[in-house]
Amino acid sequence: MTDARQVIDNEVKSNDVVLFMKGTPQFPMCGFSGQVVQILNYLGVPYKGVNVLEDETIRQGIKDYSNWPTIPQLYVKGEFVGGCDITREMFQAGELQQLFTDKGIAVQQTA
Amino acid sequence: MPMDARDIETMIKAALPDAQVEIKDLAGDGDHYAATVTSPAFKGKSRVQQHQMVYAALQGRMGGALHALALTTQAPDN
Repeated sequence: MTDARQVIDNEVKSNDVVLFMKGTPQFPMCGFSGQVVQILNYLGVPYKGVNVLEDETIRQGIKDYSNWPTIPQLYVKGEFVGGCDITREMFQAGELQQLFTDKGIAVQQTA
Repeated sequence: MPMDARDIETMIKAALPDAQVEIKDLAGDGDHYAATVTSPAFKGKSRVQQHQMVYAALQGRMGGALHALALTTQAPDN
């Protein structure tokens, strides 16, 4: 397994909620990453942001890891949930809140 | 090299012949589109799988020539 894949695998498996994004939760560097950050912050879900801009091998590696061509990418309990569109769609349908609850992850706000 | 809306539609329909494709140009720069794709082929598939089918149809352009494609996929209601 390549380094990048190992790093990604480790992040995905050792954090309940991981967002591979451009920038950081405090300073998203892309509108789409920013949208997912807003959703997660609104729900008050604890998560780890991984800034793919800091490491090109991670930026490319994550796309191979999930067979998904874009950033951001949200993972919950080791499973790829989706990018910005899917996360927003699930949030609007209340499915994202349900997913977190099902996986035993505390959600403060159930919009 | 940005993409043209018609190219996107043609590529999606080449891979999903029975798909209905609606494309909106979000920014007029050939780089930011919204697309709604409806196809029976999506039936029983998760959202991630549906989107991956569309990305496969675009043969690697997604995230490259095509920076942003706000995608909505659905199976027809009937």
